[in-house]
Amino acid sequence: MMEKMIIGRYVPADSILHRMDPRSKLIIVFLFVCVIFLANNIWTYGILVLYTFLMASFSKIQARFLIGGLKPVLWLVLFTFFLHLFLTKEGAIILDLGWFKVYEEGLRQGIFISLRFFLLILITSLLTLTTTPIEITDGLERLLGPLKKVKFPVHELALMMSIALRFIPTLMQETDKIIKAQTARGVEYTSGPIKDRLKAVVPLLIPLFISSFKRAEELAVAMEARGYKGGEGRTKYRQLSWAVADTLMIVGLLFVTILLLVFRG
Amino acid sequence: MNSPLVVLNDVSFQYESQETPALNHISMEVYEGEWLAIVGHNGSGKSTLARLLNGLQFPKEGTINVAGITLSEDSIWEIRKQIGMVFQNPDNQFVGTTVQDDVAFGLENNGVSVEIMSDRVVDALKKVNMDSFLDQEPHHLSGGQKQRVAIAGVLALRPSIIILDEATSMLDPRGRGEVIETIMNLQKEEKITVISITHDLEEASKANRIIVMNQGEIYREGTPEEIFEMDEELVKLGLDIPFSVKISKKLREKGISLDRHYLTEEELVAELWTSHSKM
Repeated sequence: MMEKMIIGRYVPADSILHRMDPRSKLIIVFLFVCVIFLANNIWTYGILVLYTFLMASFSKIQARFLIGGLKPVLWLVLFTFFLHLFLTKEGAIILDLGWFKVYEEGLRQGIFISLRFFLLILITSLLTLTTTPIEITDGLERLLGPLKKVKFPVHELALMMSIALRFIPTLMQETDKIIKAQTARGVEYTSGPIKDRLKAVVPLLIPLFISSFKRAEELAVAMEARGYKGGEGRTKYRQLSWAVADTLMIVGLLFVTILLLVFRG
Repeated sequence: MNSPLVVLNDVSFQYESQETPALNHISMEVYEGEWLAIVGHNGSGKSTLARLLNGLQFPKEGTINVAGITLSEDSIWEIRKQIGMVFQNPDNQFVGTTVQDDVAFGLENNGVSVEIMSDRVVDALKKVNMDSFLDQEPHHLSGGQKQRVAIAGVLALRPSIIILDEATSMLDPRGRGEVIETIMNLQKEEKITVISITHDLEEASKANRIIVMNQGEIYREGTPEEIFEMDEELVKLGLDIPFSVKISKKLREKGISLDRHYLTEEELVAELWTSHSKM
């Protein structure tokens, strides 16, 4: 189950978004996060909502996957909405309950800010739903490539990320095994007072840490034996290919940005 | 056999934390195209020997020569291209997120161009019969499959020698069978020199030659038949004799004459069911 939460997010399908270069997707998400702050009235928010839904329809991903990804942050969105509703005291009063008044500006702010939140989460989930973690890693490595000139360890960072991704399921399986082994020895993970349950985590984490260090050591030896000597002179098996569609997608977002600049109040 | 591919000359090695040397004045040769099994119980120095051959450790005394190159700090990368190594734990040597990424890892390290790389990845996976698993992730593979991918990763680099450091010891019998069969094919068809480090005499019985190690020294060297003649002596060294060898020994004690020690169950069974007609 935990496995599904972390890396099972990718939904394989054959869509424009799936075929896009991870670099262009990353750039688009980054740009989107910036331009979303340009929206400040109903027209500009309308454009962004339209854009996001257009993207979602491009992805060919079923709505239930998209909504599934939103669930854990739904509380945060609602919280933001009510916070603005209660705390903004501007404009005309539209609801007066005596002890609590809802102002027009409060309602407007609440809707806009939570909508902004909602769109951001939707766009980033579209990225992770249509791109495998390793593609994202590759894309980041290439995008950050220029930083090598200032001695930023781009290659090492990307390798660390990809090894971490590769070992998540392995460590999950191991955690499962240790839980079973400790349960057989009388440790309770699912019942009893919170304090005891927290204590029970210790005999789970210690063996997990020890074995992780052992794995790391063996992996380092195996990598060295296979000729790994750092990023220099290394070639990449996975090639990224930038297609016309990638350029068009970015141009599309730039066009949306211009529209936002024109229509914002 | 052919000319020696690996020559060890009076090699000694000692771990800093230990009082006795792990290897004590070892001299040996590995010939081109042979399958050499190095057997011994835990702590006999057999794994240390494998690590020395690949330059993961350096000998305290003596020299190691691989394919004409003398091992030193400067030549380890050249030597690692000649020697591929498969380790014990199938999980802890799987670097890539998918089968093909893992096989490509060694090629990437050596700066092989992309066009050549994709051919070699598929080619190597075909040789170990894993070519239908290209995009599979490691946690969906069995231990035996992971070890075969590890072998493919080594093969992709076109080495002349493969060292298997206890590569089958963590596998179930089926996985072990798969890996041993793969190795047998490679030795026959690709003419690759195989050095297998193991404490499983069943596996060692498939080799051309066996070296028995004990307390950092070479105890005995010979063909599997010769080594299994040692019998009780092997048990004293902490090694377990294969089932078929035990049976043929017991049969002989009962007065049933067999031609020789039978190394595999098939050989023994064939001898037994035809023995009546020979009498």
